Amino acid sequence: MSFFEVIQKYNIDFKSYEDNLSLEDIKKSLYKEKKNEFDYLNLLSLKAQNFLEEMAREAQKITFQYFGKTIQLYAPLYISDYCTNSCTYCGFSALNKIKRQKLTLEEIEENAKEIAKTGIKHVLFLTGEAPAITPMEYLLDTVKILKKYFSSISIEIFPMDVEDYKILSEAGVDGLTIYQETYDREIYDKIHLAGKKKDYLYRLDTPERGAIAGFRRVNIGALYGLADPVKDAFFSGLHAKYLQDKYIDTEISISFPRINPAEGNFKPVFHLDDKRFVQFICALRLFLPRCGITISTRENARMRDNLIGLGITRMSAGSKTSVGGYKYENLPNQFEISDNRSVYEIERVIWQKGYEPVFKDWHQF
Amino acid sequence: MLENDFLLLGGRKFKSRFFVGTGKLPSPAIIKDIIKESGSELVTVALRRVNFEDREHNILEYIPESVVVAINTSGARNADEAIRIARIAREAGCSNFVKIEVIHDMKYLFPDNDETVKATYVLAKEGFVVLPYVLPDFIIAKKLEDAGASAIMPLGSPIGSNQGLKTKELIEIIIENTTLPVIVDAGIGKPSHAAEAMELGAAAVLVNTAIATSEDPVMAAKAFALGVEAGRMAYIAKMREEQKLASASSPLTGFLR
Repeated sequence: MSFFEVIQKYNIDFKSYEDNLSLEDIKKSLYKEKKNEFDYLNLLSLKAQNFLEEMAREAQKITFQYFGKTIQLYAPLYISDYCTNSCTYCGFSALNKIKRQKLTLEEIEENAKEIAKTGIKHVLFLTGEAPAITPMEYLLDTVKILKKYFSSISIEIFPMDVEDYKILSEAGVDGLTIYQETYDREIYDKIHLAGKKKDYLYRLDTPERGAIAGFRRVNIGALYGLADPVKDAFFSGLHAKYLQDKYIDTEISISFPRINPAEGNFKPVFHLDDKRFVQFICALRLFLPRCGITISTRENARMRDNLIGLGITRMSAGSKTSVGGYKYENLPNQFEISDNRSVYEIERVIWQKGYEPVFKDWHQF
Repeated sequence: MLENDFLLLGGRKFKSRFFVGTGKLPSPAIIKDIIKESGSELVTVALRRVNFEDREHNILEYIPESVVVAINTSGARNADEAIRIARIAREAGCSNFVKIEVIHDMKYLFPDNDETVKATYVLAKEGFVVLPYVLPDFIIAKKLEDAGASAIMPLGSPIGSNQGLKTKELIEIIIENTTLPVIVDAGIGKPSHAAEAMELGAAAVLVNTAIATSEDPVMAAKAFALGVEAGRMAYIAKMREEQKLASASSPLTGFLR
């Protein structure tokens, strides 16, 4: 069964579901040992905010049990912003008239050195979707360079077939990040104006292709602001569970990125406020105790600091979201960075909270 | 402390039968105090976590030289990966003690016994002191003996679950039938679990999560070390086994003696 078939099983009117929900239902879900998808949905409801503190305490307890007092750190490296997709919310959309950049291999190495100086050992490299400009050969050369400086390499690039993912996996890429953006198919179609990304189903099956190809870690997520947040949180949680159950040897993690102003001046239609955002993270933790939760620098320092211990397991640090931004300044960003602190500063905060910042959690063969 | 009671493993004498795993600890530095307070002489460290280039974050920097560091192959999904991790660790200057951990089930984190036997066979031949982590299975234990393992490390219950000796009967069968030391690893959640394993005749106990996720890992480690010691003493003292019925301490027929 594909995940699309799973989605089709749930014909839920989220609004009336919430209307019919009692506080008693939510409380039951909160303290049930094995939570099913409807318990998760109950915990995502607005009414569940009555139990936010209890949810946070439970989330903290479970995270501690499964992950200990550790936060794994990584840094993103944008190597190209050429893109053939027109996504209304993205700073790198083909419709945006920006000067495009693609790093040369020398420039990649320069940036890698800058990141490595901070102690970061896990790197995530990113491109837009323009395989003619960033072909496999270029990606493999990038991996070769990054291997010299980092112990773990992940990708957040255009979706590929299993065969191509296998080539990257064998070359030393161990993690794949791929966001569905939204699970709402109608909205998905509206905001992806053109390009290969318009194919909702191909994108939906991408994490699975990554797991089949042998990546150790697959990170999924929805971009909050595009569609009904409850719906996206619900289906992204279900997606993670589906992947965990089907690909037992792959570590599945999830992100909760919220839209912030990018170059295209996209105005989010839906708003996920701070309280709800934290609630969603706690709810996911209660639903999927062993699922990794990643938080990027889209969130500000105060939010990030307070999330340590509340469910998150991985954080980016010292990030630059422009192409080659570690070496070059004043370039267009894919999204606005809300936490500009250095890796060192973030490391200190994690220590102060009584947690260990983990720089290295994989060893390349 | 028991005098003259040593565990022989890989040509070394261990006075303490309490081993410590180092995942999930709130800081690498805390291992120093854990070792000091618990008297542990063997700790396992995952190679994936060892940051050779960064002294502050490198847990190996905090482990006294007198303590054996067994590298564990955490992250290996098959025998080949476990073998490669062990070799990398040795090349990097780690000891030749290796805990083989082959896991490709992220749900229960159960070890793959078949792949573990394969890796044991290769690494034992290469001179490693191999400590294989397995689901308790008597047949596998015999295969591990043949493959050259230095001990058998059966799990008490799933890693990190703190459920104690859910596999007690299976572990007992292994203890009774192998010549190798049996080190109970995983699932030990309380010092009483550790004592129970030792009472059964385990050679040692390895604890990680229960220490790392306690409020005070140093005190917790000490408590486990005491549990291990109490259990060991009980085992040596050959304390009587449980009986289903009560047996009076002043027997009625005592006058006949």
